[in-house]
This record gives sequence, C-alpha cells and structure tokens, in this order.
Amino acid sequence: MSPNLLTIDAAAVDWARAQFALTAIYHWLFVPLTLGLGLIMSIMETRYYRTGDDFWRRTTQFWQRLFGINFAVGVATGIILEFEFGTNWSNYSWLVGDIFGAPLAIEGIIAFFMESTFVAVMYFGWDKVSRGFHLASTWLTWLGATISAWWILVANAWMQYPVGCEFNPDTMRNEMTSFFDVALSPFAIDKFCHTVISSWVIGAAFVVAVSAWYLLKRRAAEREMALKSLRIGAVVGLVASVGAAVSGDESAYKVAEVQPMKLAAMEALYNGGTDQSLTAVAWVNPFRQPDYTTEGEAPLRVAIPNGLSILATRTVHGFVPGVNDILNGYTLEDGTVVPSAAEKMARGRAAIAALAAYRQAKADGADEATLSTHLAALRADMPYFGYGFVKDEAELVPYIPVNFWAFRIMVGLGSLFILFFALILFLEWRKRDVSQMRWLLMAAIAMLPCAYVCSESGWLVAEFGRQPWTIQDMLPVSASVSDVEAGAVAATFWLFLTLFTAMLAVEVNIMLKQIKRGSEHNS
Amino acid sequence: MTLLFLQQYWWLLVSLLGALLVFMMFVQGGNSLIFSLGATDVQRRALTNSTGRKWELTFTTLVTFGGAAFAAFPLFYSTSFGSAYWLWMLILVTFVVQAVSYEFQHKQGNLLGARPFQFCLQLNGILGPLLIGAAVATFFEGSNFVVQKDNLTLMADGGGLLSGGSLVISAWANASHGLDALLCPWVLVFGFAVVFLTRILGILYFMNNVEDEDIRSRGSVRLVGQTVPFLILFVAYLVHLMLKDGYAYDPATGVIAVEPMKYLHNLIALWPLAIVLVAGIALVLFGIVVEILAGSPMPGVGKRKDCFADRYANKGIWFAGTGTVLTVLVLLLIAGWNNTAFYPSTADLQASLTIENASSSEFTLRTMAWVSLFIPFVLAYITYAWRALDRKKVTTDEMEHSHHTY
Repeated sequence: MSPNLLTIDAAAVDWARAQFALTAIYHWLFVPLTLGLGLIMSIMETRYYRTGDDFWRRTTQFWQRLFGINFAVGVATGIILEFEFGTNWSNYSWLVGDIFGAPLAIEGIIAFFMESTFVAVMYFGWDKVSRGFHLASTWLTWLGATISAWWILVANAWMQYPVGCEFNPDTMRNEMTSFFDVALSPFAIDKFCHTVISSWVIGAAFVVAVSAWYLLKRRAAEREMALKSLRIGAVVGLVASVGAAVSGDESAYKVAEVQPMKLAAMEALYNGGTDQSLTAVAWVNPFRQPDYTTEGEAPLRVAIPNGLSILATRTVHGFVPGVNDILNGYTLEDGTVVPSAAEKMARGRAAIAALAAYRQAKADGADEATLSTHLAALRADMPYFGYGFVKDEAELVPYIPVNFWAFRIMVGLGSLFILFFALILFLEWRKRDVSQMRWLLMAAIAMLPCAYVCSESGWLVAEFGRQPWTIQDMLPVSASVSDVEAGAVAATFWLFLTLFTAMLAVEVNIMLKQIKRGSEHNS
Repeated sequence: MTLLFLQQYWWLLVSLLGALLVFMMFVQGGNSLIFSLGATDVQRRALTNSTGRKWELTFTTLVTFGGAAFAAFPLFYSTSFGSAYWLWMLILVTFVVQAVSYEFQHKQGNLLGARPFQFCLQLNGILGPLLIGAAVATFFEGSNFVVQKDNLTLMADGGGLLSGGSLVISAWANASHGLDALLCPWVLVFGFAVVFLTRILGILYFMNNVEDEDIRSRGSVRLVGQTVPFLILFVAYLVHLMLKDGYAYDPATGVIAVEPMKYLHNLIALWPLAIVLVAGIALVLFGIVVEILAGSPMPGVGKRKDCFADRYANKGIWFAGTGTVLTVLVLLLIAGWNNTAFYPSTADLQASLTIENASSSEFTLRTMAWVSLFIPFVLAYITYAWRALDRKKVTTDEMEHSHHTY
C-alpha cells in the first residue's frame, strides 16, 4: 500500500492490518466448525435423549471429541482478536469505544460465560449429571457460541455501516445515541444470518467428509455411525447452504446500499450505469490492481444481462455506480447527488480543521458564538470526516482482484454445496446405497477444504472490500492504529504466525489420528 | 442514575471482574505446581484435568474483563493496550499456549509429545499471574504514557502537519512499550505476591477437587512454602501502598495532583472498604491455616480428630477464594474511587486516567447497566454447573477410564 500519511509509518499500518487479518483468518478456521458441528452434535444428542439408544450416545461422544480438539484453538485465537483492537488499533478504540465496546462486553457477559460453563459440563459431565442436564449443556454451549457470534457480528456490521452514534467534539469521540440501532441494525442481522448459517455448511461438510472416509475405508465398526451421520450432515448442509445463498443475496443488496465501492470492487465494475449486467467471469489479473480509469471493463467478460441491477437495486433497470462513478461523483435516480472523492476529501479536511478550531477556541475560552460557528462547520462536513485523512483518491479503491475473485469463489462453491448436499439426499431418498459410490465419497472428502475456502473467501470480500476504512467514511485504517513501531508489530506477527501454524498443524494431526481410531476408543 | 454514579458502578464491576480473575487464576497457580504435587503420571493427569474443568472460566473472566474495560473505560483500554503493547502481548501469548495445551498434551498425534504442552501450562502458570499482577500494580505505581486527544486533528490545514508528531492519541513515552513497568521493584513485589497467592489457591483447589490422599497431604505441606513468601511480599506491598503518594483529582476541574498517603486516606474515607479488606485477608489466612492444620498432624496438637480445622478440611478454597475476591476488590476500588486517578501517568501527570475522564458516555454506561443485571443470573448458573460437575471429585481412577480426559 502506498504511504497514506506522513505522520505514521505506512509499514506500521500494514503490519497492524496483516496481524489482524492473520488472527481473524486463523480464528475463522476454528469458529465455524464450533458453530456447525455444535449444532449437529446437539441434534444427535437430542436423539439419544429421546430414544435412549446407546448408539446415539457413542455417536455424539465421537463427534464431541473432535469438537473439543477444535474448540480450544478457537478460544485461544479469539482472545488475541479481542485484545488486538486495543493493542494495534488504539485510536480506533478510543474514537468508537463508546459504541464498539458495548457489544464486546455483552458478548463476554452473556455469551462467553454460557459457552465456557457448559462446555465443561458437556465434556466431563457424561457420568456426573443427569441426561437432561447434559443435553441442555450441549445445546447451551452451542447457543453461547452462536450468541457470541451475534455480538461480534453486530460490532463488525457497525464498522461497515455506522449507525446510532454521534461525534462529540468535547470528548473527541463518537458516542452512542441508540443501542437498538446498533444491536438490531439490518446490516447486522443480515451479517449474522449469513455468517452463522454458512458456518453450519462447514459443520455439515465436516461430518459428511469424515463419514465418507469411514465408508470409503469400509470400516465395519463405524459403518452405522457414518451412514446416519452422513444423512444428518447432508440435511443440515442442504438447509444451511440454501439459507446461506438467500441471506447472501440479502447481504449483497445491503452492501450495494451502504458500501457501493465494495460492490463495485466485487464486480470489477469500473463504469456503472443503469441496466447493469452481473459478471459471471472475466479476466482480472489477481496480482495487480487493474487500471480502472482507462480500462473500461474487465476483458473476456461473460455476464448475465441486468443481473447486477436486480441484485443491487431489486429492479431490472436500476442504477449501479462503478469505481469511476464513485470517485467522480454521481446522481442517484431519486435525484440525490453523491459528491466526488475530491469533494469528500476537501470536506473531510474542512471537518477536521473545524474540529481543531473548535477545540482551540474552547481551550482559549472563546465565547459561545465563536464556538457554535466552528461547531456548525464541523456538523456540516462531519459525514465526510474520515475522508480528511485520505491523501490520494486511489486509496479509496479497495484491491479489486481479491474482491473480485474471492466473491466468485464464494458464490461458486456455495452453489456447488447446494447441488452436492441435494444429490446425497436425492440418492438417499431413492434408497441407493451411497456407501458403494466411491466417486461420491471421494467428492464428499474434497468438499471439506472447499467449505473452508468458501467461508474464508466471504470474509476476504467483507474486509478487503471496505478498505481503506476501519469504520466506513468515518475513520481510515491509517488514522486508527496504535503508536507502535512497524518492527514491533512485525515481530508479533511472525510470532503469531508461527504459533498459530503450529497449533493448526497439531490440531489437524490429532484430528486425523482421532478419526482413524474411530468411535470406540477413549481419549 | 447520574453519570458519576454510573462511572462508579462500572468501576465496581470492572474491579469485581479483576478480583474474580485473580481468584480464578488458581488454575494458573495449580498448573505451576503439577510436578511438585503429582508424583506419578496419573496423579499429574488428575491435576491437569482438575484445573482443566475450570480453565475456560478463567479465560472468559480475562476476556470479559477486557471487554468491560473497553466498553466502560475505553480510554483506559485504548491507552493501556495500545501503549503497553509488549506487556499485554506477553500476557496474551502465555494464555494462548495454555488454552491449547490442555486439549493437546495427551492426545495421540500431537507431534511434540506431552512435555512441551506441560511446559506451556507451567509457563502460563507463573507468567500469567506475574504479568497480570504487574499490570494491576501499575494502577498504583503509574505507567509511562501520554494522552493527547488533539493529535487527531493534526491533519487539518489541507493535509499538512500543524506540528510534528503522530496522529495517535495515546502512546507509551518510550520504546519499551510497557516492559519498563517490570523494572519497578514494587511492581514485581506485587506481581510475585499474586504468583504465590495463585499457587496457594491452586493447592487449596486441588485439595478440594481431587480425591487423592497422597496429593492432599503433599499439598498441605507445600502450602507452607507458598504462604511464607506470599505473606512477606503482600504485607510489604500493603504497607508500601498505605504510605505511598497517590494520584488525586479535583472533581470540579479534573486537575490531577499528587497526594501523600492517598490510598490510606481512601481507606479511611471509605471505611467500610477497610473492614472488607481486613475480612478478606482474614478469610485468606483462615482458608490456608485450616488446610495446614487439617492436613498434617502437627506435633503437640494431639489427636487430629480434636482439631477444629478438620471440620473445614478440603474446604479452604472457599474461604481463601472469597477472601481473595474481597481483598483484590478493595484494592482496585481504592485505586479508582474517591477522586483517585486509577491509571496514573508518570510521563505526564495530567494525562492520568480517572473513572471520569476515561469512561464511556452516560448513555452507553446506562445501557450497559441494564445488561449488567444479567450478571447475578450468570453467577447463579456458573455456581449451579460447578456444583453439579464437582459433586463427584476428580480421581486418579477416572483418568484411566473416562470418556473425556485431558
């Protein structure tokens, strides 16, 4: 990235971003399995509770052992994420802590305690507490994890679409004005539904893949467990992948509304207009930011007519702005004029200047009239405050190749999952013996890494697409960081990279051993 | 509910979380003693499994402490975490390696064998309490940071700089980013007092939680070895604290000034806290003494059955645990209440953080106050689940036959 500011070493910003991305990407390798497998495990244990059949007890316990191996790493990477807001994004933490801190605290008080209390009962309580209490603990562990996802996604959604707050020049920060606007923001609801439901796909893909492996290996001891787990996994998988598609469509519509630049980057749409087609494929060099000012459109483009207009505006002819429209300014169909990047940057600088003047005047004990003049100036340009920190309008364009390809990978694989889970259920419905279909079982195993790639791609779109903003239009990454040298952050980056990679390697290896040992063994 | 009331209320809650965290670090203290208390592999396994049922709670308490500090006192969160970078990173790393070590240590295919993971548990067992204790001590000893809110407007004037400097509001005043706090002897005294306290709590917890006479009798002997250094360090720090200068602020102007014996004054002004402090310390001592007496027949005491302590055998953790919570709670309250700067800056006295200048807005604090009504409910189900799970104690026998062991 080009240096944003003279005052902050660009390398320090980049390292801080890299470290946060590293932690988030690793964290997200473990969390969706917790959410997805937790659901499937709970369904299985409910069967045990209802039938009293020891088969379901053993099956639940088997999946629970795999759940346990994964759970701890999710917790471990999660704590780093929470504290990194402070350690690496100190300015950010102060400027929006009044709004952003609350969901995090609520997450701790309501969700994490539920999760950590009942996960211990779930692991160790089999012979110590009643069956009903144990079942409740399994569900509550899953519920705690899901509620925690709710609050952290509320926090994330707020950064993408800041609502329910107002800047206070005296305290020099944004302050919350409506908790419900923050907690029940439509953006947050979509984000939650899409993220959590897509996690169930990972849980389902995991259960289906492991079951398929047993069937492929013709392991007699695990055959029944594998067949029944496969069926449950496929049902959850189909419901979830359809749900993820529906909620994903809704999310894209919201993105078009509040983050048009992200949508333009996802689509590699340089020059927008009405009747926009949806790009199926096109050649966008993954390693180079395209020259969007002159290129016109991405080469070799195959598109669905009017698709993007429908996706973004829910109308056939709707207007969708491209990268250049957003940089140069455009007029919406209802007559709203969206200013150019240059104007936004000028107004942002005016807002910062007004703020500085206000604070200086206040410190000098100026009269009310002077103060309110400065204040009025600040209020007028406040919506563009963040643009005042941007030096070059090229910074306002996210890295298009990552958005473009990650979006296509996500949608492509997501559609594949719908077909795949539907196929398994269709074959089951037709009473075909799936355990004999080697191609199907091998495909099931191949689906597991695809599920992870799909899920991480979704996050790449969400987070790369909002650059350069930590908080949309309010605060760019360059003004959010802590005063820590690039070298120090680089050192912790490598430390975490080594640590997390080692943890992942150990986890995967233990998982594989555990799966090989099968359902009958302890520890 | 006035703003000041809400600020005090949230300082109370953050302090309570801090106090609960110190108590819950019996997990760390216990882990640091695994090799000292467990003679055989099976015994050591029983010990790690015993703390293994609680570590997630300790972890969650730490996370929630961070979350509550963020929500209620964001300037503290952004200043302390963003400036004392290395100190917090060290704390985090030791907790991360601990979190996975339980699950991984005895699993086939863990690539490294049990030893490295046990080492991580012990490393966290010592460093976790030491560094968190050190962080708490900086509430009294001060930290080397500056806060300059106007830095954010440095980009004004058409993108140029009004003055040389950084946009960042909070910064550490030197390149050590928090590590220099560990050079202050009093910070270390307090840090090590916390280390020994958590080891005491660890032993008491094991005596309660693991049904193994061997471990219990060894525990009651080891208890003495931890209590003596703890008492020396803790009493030394307490005396130092009562006599040292504190950082007071004028509630009308917010101006911060050094006040001799500020913390002693706070205890006198808030005298019920002094009573709670004495009660807390007494409970800690009581918890320790009953276990020492009950565990080992001391010469001259005569038949053990006559000893009053037997009634409380293996229950010392409840006394010492409650005592710890009360003691730490009072220490944290006198750091922030009664117009005291809870996070004093040694680099710029006026940059010191108080519950008034570092807090969230009244709206946020009030909203969160409603959420805090969940806390008794949370505590209730934690207690319920804990009791349900611990009705049957951990045994060495269980280690060989159970469905899920660490």
